[in-house]
Amino acid sequence: MAAPHVTLHGVTKRFAASAGGQSVHALGPVDLTIGNGEFFAIVGPSGCGKSTLLELIAGLLPPTEGRIEFEGRPVAQQIPDGVGVVFQEDACFPWLNVRDNVAFGLRRTTLEPGEIARRVDRAIAMMGLGEFARGYPAQLSGGMRQRVCIARTLVAEPRLILLDEPFGALDQQTRLLMGDEVLRLWRETGATVFLITHALDEAAMLADRIAVMSARPGKLIDVVETHWPRERDSRIVEHAQFGTVTSRLWKTLRDESMKTMGRMAVSS
Amino acid sequence: MEDVARRIDEDDGANGRFLVNSVKPDTIDRFARARTGAAAPSRRFLNRVTLYQVAIVSGFVLMLEALCLAGVIDKITMPPPHRIALDFFKLMASGKLWPEIGKSMANVLLAFVLAYVPGIAIGTALHGYRTLRDTLDPLFATYYAIPVFAFYPLFIVMFGLGDGPQVLIGVLLGIVAVIVTTLNGLDRVPRVLRKTAAIARLGPLETAIRVTLPFCAPYLISAAKLALAYAFIGVIGSEFIMARTGMGYEIGFAYTNFDNATMYPLIVLILLLSIVMNGILSRWEKVLLSRRGL
Repeated sequence: MAAPHVTLHGVTKRFAASAGGQSVHALGPVDLTIGNGEFFAIVGPSGCGKSTLLELIAGLLPPTEGRIEFEGRPVAQQIPDGVGVVFQEDACFPWLNVRDNVAFGLRRTTLEPGEIARRVDRAIAMMGLGEFARGYPAQLSGGMRQRVCIARTLVAEPRLILLDEPFGALDQQTRLLMGDEVLRLWRETGATVFLITHALDEAAMLADRIAVMSARPGKLIDVVETHWPRERDSRIVEHAQFGTVTSRLWKTLRDESMKTMGRMAVSS
Repeated sequence: MEDVARRIDEDDGANGRFLVNSVKPDTIDRFARARTGAAAPSRRFLNRVTLYQVAIVSGFVLMLEALCLAGVIDKITMPPPHRIALDFFKLMASGKLWPEIGKSMANVLLAFVLAYVPGIAIGTALHGYRTLRDTLDPLFATYYAIPVFAFYPLFIVMFGLGDGPQVLIGVLLGIVAVIVTTLNGLDRVPRVLRKTAAIARLGPLETAIRVTLPFCAPYLISAAKLALAYAFIGVIGSEFIMARTGMGYEIGFAYTNFDNATMYPLIVLILLLSIVMNGILSRWEKVLLSRRGL
């Protein structure tokens, strides 16, 4: 594995109790190291704390216990420089056109206006949104809006890209094509990618390593290495190894999913 | 239109980036508009609505004209609309009430600004303090049951007979509507937009200016309409009661002197000013909503 880029040491998250209730142990302890330039995916049952884990790494939430480091520096409830996040929900700003949405994060940087324009043009072109640069999000399809969000993340040239089920709202065909896009961008930018997904095939197609999380409180119970070549695309699903990877993921995940659904007693 | 659909398919197919198969006509319109940044067309619908609106207003005016000319409404109660229109132009041309009109409008504008800007600031600040907001909620819920005009004598004792009490009433009537509407808008900001602002490392003030308040823009325009209406009601209404100047005072003075040639044109002027200002805000609101596909 390449040099560590993100490390988690005994990371635990408990959410404070609401009035009269008990605190919720959502996650951990989790120990994990993600290499520089690695494509790492997490799969797990609903509500196991996948998104919480992503928000902890992004610095959007503080851990209750443990320590997170990005590029050797602690992430302590402060968004680290060089991190970009693509969320599952539509995060386009509806009052801004595509161009202004993409440029959003660059407006407060010290970059020259010419450099901002160059980066925005490049990101828009890279995501195939050139003709829609003056359009508003309401005029775009769900897939195109998600590409606007990806372009907005890329334009800041992050060294760590966190993807929180970014294709969850898209149809299967578009998901496969978007997966190709993400792989291409990953190769071009050299960034480390951390992907959260429900879809086992998506994780198996995209990632170098895939961690399986247990039902809540989420812990890493298995890590699968895919051994895919760096030059790959959605056609990797035809590879014989693909079925082996997804089978292993499902084998580990099945019991955890059943726990989540409260069906353990029935099946046994 | 077919050409646009074909181009979408060709572009996307060539790049292998996304699929737009079996594009419906409305989808084609949407994509075509997205390429130019144009808002959704609604001219045809608007034309019909505008036609109905003009017909209703014209019909009402014509009915009044007929009732006045037929003597059903006597001349002392109300002159016929054509007479009011002539008096209106005569009064405006004479310029004798321009200082009064200017003073009232300046006070309306001042009351509007003093209700609107602090109202948004207070609403934005309150949104971050749940306990304080919950504490004040009963006040907001019952505020409009308080007859603010009843405090007018007290305001005169406190601020004198100048413009202060009139402006204050306009502000007091409008500010809570602005606060409540701002809070309503802020409640609807999706959490993901706040997270996106955090990832862009925006501070609380910058998040408010660049994310949450722009998201609430349609609500803020609704708040502006309310604040403007209350500013008119507060200022003109106060001038009726105790002031010695202003449009409200002049209408009251004309009324007690049976001076219909002054009273009705001033009433029409207030109506026109209020409708035009609200119309401009409504138009702006429609543009913002159409950009959001609403």
